[in-house]
Amino acid sequence: MNDSTKSAVDYSAFPDDRGHFGQFGGRFVSETLIYALDELQEIYSSLKDNDEFQAEFDKDLAHYVGRPSPLYHAERWSRELGGAQIYLKREDLNHTGAHKVNNTIGQALLAKMTGKSRVIAETGAGQHGVATATVAARLGLKCQVYMGAEDVRRQALNVYRMKLLGAEVIPVTSGSKTLKDAMNEALRDWSTNVDDTFYIIGTVAGPHPYPKLVRDFQAVIGREARAQCLDMTGKLPDALVACVGGGSNAIGLFHPFLNDDTVAMYGVEAGGDGVETGRHAAPLNDGVPGVLHGNRTYLMEDENGQIIETHSVSAGLDYPGVGPEHAWLKDLGRVKYVPINDQEALAAFRKTTRTEGIMPALESSHALAYVEKLAPTMSPEQIIIVNLSGRGDKDILTVADIDGITV
Amino acid sequence: MSRISQTFSELKQNGRKALVAYIVNGDPTREATLPAMHKMVEQGVDIIELGVPFSDPMAEGPVIQKGHERALEHHVSLTDTMAVVAEFRKTNQSTPVLLMGYANPVERMGYSVFADKAEAAGVDGLLTVDLPLEELTDLKRELDSRDIDNIFLLAPTTRVERARDIAANASGFLYYVSLKGVTGAGHLDVDSVKQKLTEFGALTELPMCVGFGIKDATSAKSVAVLADGVVIGSVLVDAMGKAQGQTPDQIAEAVGAIISDIRQALDSL
Ligand SMILES: Cc1ncc(COP(=O)(O)O)c(C=O)c1O
Repeated sequence: MNDSTKSAVDYSAFPDDRGHFGQFGGRFVSETLIYALDELQEIYSSLKDNDEFQAEFDKDLAHYVGRPSPLYHAERWSRELGGAQIYLKREDLNHTGAHKVNNTIGQALLAKMTGKSRVIAETGAGQHGVATATVAARLGLKCQVYMGAEDVRRQALNVYRMKLLGAEVIPVTSGSKTLKDAMNEALRDWSTNVDDTFYIIGTVAGPHPYPKLVRDFQAVIGREARAQCLDMTGKLPDALVACVGGGSNAIGLFHPFLNDDTVAMYGVEAGGDGVETGRHAAPLNDGVPGVLHGNRTYLMEDENGQIIETHSVSAGLDYPGVGPEHAWLKDLGRVKYVPINDQEALAAFRKTTRTEGIMPALESSHALAYVEKLAPTMSPEQIIIVNLSGRGDKDILTVADIDGITV
Repeated sequence: MSRISQTFSELKQNGRKALVAYIVNGDPTREATLPAMHKMVEQGVDIIELGVPFSDPMAEGPVIQKGHERALEHHVSLTDTMAVVAEFRKTNQSTPVLLMGYANPVERMGYSVFADKAEAAGVDGLLTVDLPLEELTDLKRELDSRDIDNIFLLAPTTRVERARDIAANASGFLYYVSLKGVTGAGHLDVDSVKQKLTEFGALTELPMCVGFGIKDATSAKSVAVLADGVVIGSVLVDAMGKAQGQTPDQIAEAVGAIISDIRQALDSL
């Protein structure tokens, strides 16, 4: 790579040591948790560049998760769209079926180092809950997962998966009974049981150092994709596309490319019924900066600063905030954030299943739907890498339901 | 001298402990709050902590969460809360009122607009649960220039060096969170409170109040001997919730009865 592709901002230097990405990020928590976050930060800083820790992480990713995940050239779909060559980063092939496990493996190693005997997590769709229950089972840690009562109902299959794995799922009945309320409850639990409990946050949100450490664990996606792309095509991709709920699969893919100016990036938010209807989960498209769950970021809120309910066909994107690094990348203009509505995502779900024989998660289907729009505007020599963040098995009942079919 | 400092200095002269009482504005109805505030003062509350309803009150236990939810059912806002303080000030110029809440409504309003409105309404202090010292710089500048006290929390997990920094930035009083956990929790450990208060008390001249987990006259007394005052919240919010459907005066009576009990216990020390 030559110097002319080097960016003016060194994106790898952020966040600063207090967790700020410009005005975003930080540590907006009650005093009780400051100590735990300091402790986590100290341990993480000491292990981040520790060869032994990295070796253990890499070993688990290789032998337990099944990494590297393939970079697959979707030739048939590319031909049909008649534009750029589309490559799918196959995070759906990871153990447990999504990118979430990259992060839970990393945080579980940290939990082990801190000597805490219990882990907690919040979950929306249940993917992060399953990934947490999985690593907890493997390490023999007690595991409790907070899940909005509404999501417990919608995602019954994952709830049972977690139970089989030995985790206790605690339905949260406060507020809107969804992911944001599950996160409130997990934070409450953590401040009560801070001595023996490690909180495994599922995305690049929360107070510093979570957005940074989750990103670092997920950045394996982009590092692999970069090497694979160079290997397969001899050049860097022209565009990256990923869905954005909290933003962990997206930042994982984007981060190792941020300093490569020639690589365009698109984060795809859940447009729900359409951004113009207000019934969506797209804070970067239709939100304002504010403070929630320990960081400053773009939020969906009303004129009084109350967080409002979100809507998306995909439970994993149904969150009113977004990781602070994305808020910053939006304001800098480095990444473009676009909405894809429910109907478009469902169409892409069906399309990818029929065209490539790959059934994507509804979350990932948002990214694929944007590729359908983007690829035809590009030339066949150009390359798009899209993050196929998870597999769609968990969504079969949702799709069947929409089709009016009882399975 | 701020109204809060004035209050503590008078209490000290009289050898009394401060009783700080928390209710959520607009819980269970908009009409309930003002009469309850006056009644609480009449029954011996020294400082009112008025909760600003928020959709995601992450430091609250189930009882106070419900209070926030009840208030939000009729869309009670930060602006409404300052309006209630302004009403209260029409007939009471001596009892300090501090707002307790979360950062986002204040962020939304804008720090300097908030500070202007708070000053105009007669708000004496602000306690923002999720704005720890590190994140407070900009808002604190606005509050300091208007003599509004910023009330800081100290927790059982706060390290001494950090507590020293916090104390150096604090005014009014310091609020010691008596336990690891959320408001209304039931595992108050008086010995550990005593040890921490001794440790932290040595760092500052400011009065120290203790809250979270104080639910009746007995627990109030056991903690008050160690501190300059106690904060009660969940018992009051619970009573207000149970009185839902009654008239504002009846609700005020229910709250007043609890206050009077605790006041007597504190005065018997
Ligand atoms: C497959 C999949 N993709 C994406 C997401 C959204 O999370 P994030 O934006 O952190 O990648 C989820 C969350 O549950 C998921 O399960």
